[in-house]
Amino acid sequence: MTGMRTLTFDAVIVGGGGAGMRAALQLAQSGYNTAVITKVFPTRSHTVSAQGGITCAIASDDPNDDWRWHMYDTVKGSDYIGDQDAIEYMCSEGPQTVFELEHMGLPFSRTEKGRIYQRPFGGQSKDFGKGGQAARTCAAADRTGHALLHTLYQGNLKNNTAFLNEWYATDLVKNQDGAIVGVIAICIETGETVFVKSKATVFATGGAGRIYASTTNALINTGDGVGMALRAGFPVQDIEMWQFHPTGIYGAGTLVTEGCRGEGGYLINKDGERFMERYAPNAKDLAGRDVVARSMVLEILEGRGCGENGDHVMLKLDHLGEEVLNSKLPGILELSRTFAHVDPVKEPIPVVPTCHYMMGGIPTNVNGQALTQNEKGDDVIIPGLFAVGEVACVSVHGANRLGGNSLLDLVVFGRAAGKHIEEMLGQGLEQREASATDIEEAQNRLSKLNESSSGESVSTLRAELQNIMQNHFGVFRRGDFMQDGIQKLSALRERIANVHLDDKSLTFNTARIEALELENLFEVAEATAIAAEGRNESRGAHARDDFRERDDENWLCHSMYFPKEKRVGKRGVNFSPKTVDTFEPQVRSY
Amino acid sequence: MLVSIYRYNPDTDEKPVMQDVEVELPEDKDLMVLDVLALVKQQDSSVVYRRSCREGVCGSDGMNINGTNGLACITPMSTVVKPGGKLVLRPLPGLPVIRDLVVDMSIFYKQYEKIKPYLINDTAPPAIERLQSPEDRAKLDGLYECILCACCSTNCPSFWWNPDKFIGPAGLLQAYRFLADTRDTADNERLSELDDPFSVFRCRGIMNCVAVCPKGLNPTRAIGHIRSMLIEHGT
Repeated sequence: MTGMRTLTFDAVIVGGGGAGMRAALQLAQSGYNTAVITKVFPTRSHTVSAQGGITCAIASDDPNDDWRWHMYDTVKGSDYIGDQDAIEYMCSEGPQTVFELEHMGLPFSRTEKGRIYQRPFGGQSKDFGKGGQAARTCAAADRTGHALLHTLYQGNLKNNTAFLNEWYATDLVKNQDGAIVGVIAICIETGETVFVKSKATVFATGGAGRIYASTTNALINTGDGVGMALRAGFPVQDIEMWQFHPTGIYGAGTLVTEGCRGEGGYLINKDGERFMERYAPNAKDLAGRDVVARSMVLEILEGRGCGENGDHVMLKLDHLGEEVLNSKLPGILELSRTFAHVDPVKEPIPVVPTCHYMMGGIPTNVNGQALTQNEKGDDVIIPGLFAVGEVACVSVHGANRLGGNSLLDLVVFGRAAGKHIEEMLGQGLEQREASATDIEEAQNRLSKLNESSSGESVSTLRAELQNIMQNHFGVFRRGDFMQDGIQKLSALRERIANVHLDDKSLTFNTARIEALELENLFEVAEATAIAAEGRNESRGAHARDDFRERDDENWLCHSMYFPKEKRVGKRGVNFSPKTVDTFEPQVRSY
Repeated sequence: MLVSIYRYNPDTDEKPVMQDVEVELPEDKDLMVLDVLALVKQQDSSVVYRRSCREGVCGSDGMNINGTNGLACITPMSTVVKPGGKLVLRPLPGLPVIRDLVVDMSIFYKQYEKIKPYLINDTAPPAIERLQSPEDRAKLDGLYECILCACCSTNCPSFWWNPDKFIGPAGLLQAYRFLADTRDTADNERLSELDDPFSVFRCRGIMNCVAVCPKGLNPTRAIGHIRSMLIEHGT
């Protein structure tokens, strides 16, 4: 063997955010030997930054609320390429999942009746779009992600989950049957490389917003799961679908929750006009995020942007009054004062659409099992590999995610995958042992990096990558521009493969981690670019100047990006929910 | 701008040194300390620190900045360095240093775990959520927001002295978060476990914790509440 230490678990979860910790909790509760590998201490995961809430029909604000209405909104929000069986599962299982979190101690804000407080969010309606704006997003002030993540960590402590904190998974280990049998991981503190062997490997590695120069995402959101999957030859789905959040703080990129507009805030241009009234006469500022982001960019392009360079718009909150802002949006006051140097109690916040969320990812079924396709284009389960949360594409968000659906996705599918793995382990899940060559293969990348003696620095290459994505694959896209971007990326591949690792020391070597992350960023970026260039239509977050209409005849489907051939294929969308009638595609307006 | 950084790599160094690095900063922008560290790392990739959210909610980048504990990502340079002055970065005090600005937080987390930081309620949960009035929920404000950055505990002389026996301000703030939660039924058990000369009573009311909490929380006040509860619990 390679002389490397092996750690063995029933299930290993890569990523300690909301999805990973919900999956881990499920497995630890039933006594399975479960480990969470996380590159940061779990409460430092990006879930902590979620603000506005978790959308779910718990019927607190409206006692007649119905998960089917939530399902309708989500299908419409997805621009009809969300899988309806998965959306049905998420919306119907949601209430139970949210109540479980509350029972675990999540400090939700409350109504006078003592129930969980719900606020309006974008794209929400009652009675299948016919009953006006709904208030369906369950909130803990504007710190819901923090409250949720800490509660889940606490639940895992209670149930003795094993945490490999500050460990970094570098690559998947495949056995001779093509089954996933674990990962190679580095203990960041000591630098030791270990084979973490497991019957079930769950990716909960989160998003990759750091492929863009301007993002609301944490510095750790480098697409490690997508990178590992692509390197192992597995496809990713709908990876061209990137959400630009309407309200990132101008200049800093930090997020200002949609809950601001839910509570009654609105966007204005340089003339002080509430311009969303023109673009979305009914929902106005609470239209889908893709719609609002595009409207903002159009305002800016047409010369109605604010500031010296006319390159942003303003989010007005002061009319809500200090009391509401202090009780409902205290975190936003803090962030605005720190990063925008404005006090929202008195003046508007400068905002601009900012990369926020990866709708695409590793395709999975509702049990979290990762999928690929055979030659005939049929779904095939990848044995041993699961994905949940932002890294997965199950797909509940389709071409555009609704606000508050991300946290729900995390906990519903983290729980679902945990339950399914429980069942599989109960029935005796065994994979063939990995051979020494299997393990060595997974280690190649790491060895190459450790031996590097020349090349460019991580920070230079990373900045170049982020600028290419920002300039060529932003809110509006065009074929020739994207082709140009793809060429620039392809020139970058070789340079990134030869990145120089200056610091070869073992102890807490973050330069090594950043170099490995850069390769993952590149994999995600390239997949995004090629898939985006391939989808010749405008749908949800994917808006093309050269194909302005949605093309249901050719593109009412998922894109599948296959890394070996760099090919974009297609996969059918599920239109067969189990308990309700299919929601047929319609013109999407707000 | 001169940045003086605490450097120590156990692989190569016998003892730590303060290293001065010259960094060019944009003139028209008031950078955060974390941005300056990123510029330093561009020059020398071997400088090591933790960071994640870069917006003050994850608690990764607690460090000692010109003598005061704080989060690098939400500390503007203008608030810590006078014109012509130098930025001095050291690891959080009182914990073992792993490398450069990265400290070993095991004992800090151990104290957090000791207070059973999870809701305990031995009644069967209802089919929906447990009800809680807005007034009762408001009792958790100023407590649940803790981000476990350790700025407070590592600024506390009592914690420096007895890090193994004194829970410290961060852990105690969370202890009170669960004592104050009307949904939690384990007050007696929780108080019994805290009822010794060290866990709570090593707090001397110095309020160093309050002075540095980047979230504006007040552990001393929470500790005061626990003391009162313990006194009542004992009688």
